[in-house]
Amino acid sequence: MTMETPVLELRNLQKHYFLRPDFWGRPTATVHAMDDVSLSLKRGETLSIVGESGCGKSTLGKTIVRLQDPTGGEFLLNGERADTLQGAALKAFRARVQIVFQDPFSSLNPRMSVRETLAEPLVNFGLAASRADIDAKIATLLDMVGLPRDATNRYPHQFSGGQRQRIAIARALAPNPDVIVCDEAVSALDVSVKAQIVNLLGDIQKETGLALIFISHDLAIVEHLTHRVAVMYLGHVVEEGARREIFGAAAHPYTRALISAVPNPTVEEKKPRILLKGDVPSPLAPPSGCRFHTRCAFATDRCRAEVPRLRKIGGDHAVACHYDFSADGVLIQHAH
Amino acid sequence: MTIKSNMIATGDLFPSEPRRGRVATFVRRHPTIVAGGGILFLMVLIAVFAQWIATIDPDKIAPIKRNREPTAEFWFGTDMLGRDLFSRVVYGARVSLLVGFAVAVCATFLGLVTGLAAGAYRRLDMVIMRLMDGLMSVPPILLAIALMAAVGGSVFNVILAISIAEFPRMSRLVRGLVLSIREQAYIDGAIASGSSMPKIIVKHILPNTLGPIMVQATYICSAAMITEAALSFIGAGTPPSIPSWGGIMNEGRMLWQIKPYIILFPAVFLSLTVLAVNLLGDGLRDALDPRAASRI
Repeated sequence: MTMETPVLELRNLQKHYFLRPDFWGRPTATVHAMDDVSLSLKRGETLSIVGESGCGKSTLGKTIVRLQDPTGGEFLLNGERADTLQGAALKAFRARVQIVFQDPFSSLNPRMSVRETLAEPLVNFGLAASRADIDAKIATLLDMVGLPRDATNRYPHQFSGGQRQRIAIARALAPNPDVIVCDEAVSALDVSVKAQIVNLLGDIQKETGLALIFISHDLAIVEHLTHRVAVMYLGHVVEEGARREIFGAAAHPYTRALISAVPNPTVEEKKPRILLKGDVPSPLAPPSGCRFHTRCAFATDRCRAEVPRLRKIGGDHAVACHYDFSADGVLIQHAH
Repeated sequence: MTIKSNMIATGDLFPSEPRRGRVATFVRRHPTIVAGGGILFLMVLIAVFAQWIATIDPDKIAPIKRNREPTAEFWFGTDMLGRDLFSRVVYGARVSLLVGFAVAVCATFLGLVTGLAAGAYRRLDMVIMRLMDGLMSVPPILLAIALMAAVGGSVFNVILAISIAEFPRMSRLVRGLVLSIREQAYIDGAIASGSSMPKIIVKHILPNTLGPIMVQATYICSAAMITEAALSFIGAGTPPSIPSWGGIMNEGRMLWQIKPYIILFPAVFLSLTVLAVNLLGDGLRDALDPRAASRI
């Protein structure tokens, strides 16, 4: 069996922010935003990154589009190191990996018309030969995202949130990238608009073979659109697997709690909700051992001392927990 | 909702489709702009058409007619040398307005360049802002006097000296605006779209700073007019051969207890012009961005 080269591969990626420099400029505090994240993404695949606010999802997204540089580890685009690129090579990389932001009201320059916004990547990446070519490409992009062609001369404030997000998606599609990172791209939208945008992304993916990284805290949406899911907690990936494995047979206590918190609009069966105690600890001083141990009902001394590695538990499914659980969430005692 | 408020602050300053109806509504809603703009326009007309408005040569010395009270012949009276004060005040408008506008332009330009550089490039920030702190630690009028003492009196040097004294304020404002705009997602979007930093500054940051900058420029304009008059008053500004409001007041200083009108007329013109510019600035500020009112 030949292994296809993943479009994107993250190896032990780490991002720390250094805070409050002292008189000599040395940091006195460090935010452990993302630690030891290893993931891979295939062509035409959607990988969702889920977790509560502050778990490092957005840091991950910003790092892999090189809006910020990782402080450790590496990542590869089509098998080539991308985290150290500079100058012209970095610019070429930017054309391959695009991003759509959460807030469609701040992600478009209010003083630039749709045409100017969409022409920017086309011109910067040298993808259009002439003005006519730019106009033709913009028309194609607008068709792709379902906006009327006469939108070109209008400004962002003349559009609704959903329409603006379509413009932002068109901008991301402009250089015909391999990967688009959707950083909470539908979180700010109404439910019906949300569904439209999610379906739009799915359609575009089917047409173009685009790989998507879908960063979200909205598990209902994720379940609807994703192929694979990675669950993050305090900068660590705690579980990773195919959609069915995560939503049907979650192995990590945190994932179980997260999924049990998804509102379920039925009257007949009530699933018991797993309530987590306390708050997420500060990423300034993450807990020792398993970062989830302060809130985990099953935590043992081992969890407090030893960092659990991601281990395969069948197929693509991997979990970072020392223990196994039965399908109904009962701890099965044996050590790995 | 800081992002959203910023959108309003930077986004809706200039309606993208100016219509006649909108202009009329604007005028009705912002009487200060109309009043300020109107007076200022009048002053500009006086300055431009000075030689037709003031029919007596402002430099013509007539010892026989000296120290005349205002009459039908000499509307504002004459000074110690018998020169017509009305003519001198009318010609004086040229210096004040020229200095005011030129300083506003120069200081805005200097402030833009330094502020954009400081806001966009963290490494330059420290150096530029400490330099601005240094300039701002000296009161603008003292700095202008010191500079004038170093370069000697001429209208050009006055403009230069006041620009240097005034631009640090603009620089700080621009830097602050850049720092807040940098955090907007559309800047990240532009980076992802392959734009270089200089391009981002010109295409994304600069256009979104224009509103507050225009307001600040009007304040610099009025401050420059006052500083110019003060410099001329103490004899450190425009050379005495060119009539200026500050200069006329200086010449009338000796006699102000018996002939107060010598000082009164240029003072009224100066106050009116400064008031007009300030009204215009306040009106612009409120019209462009009600939220920024407390920021500036």
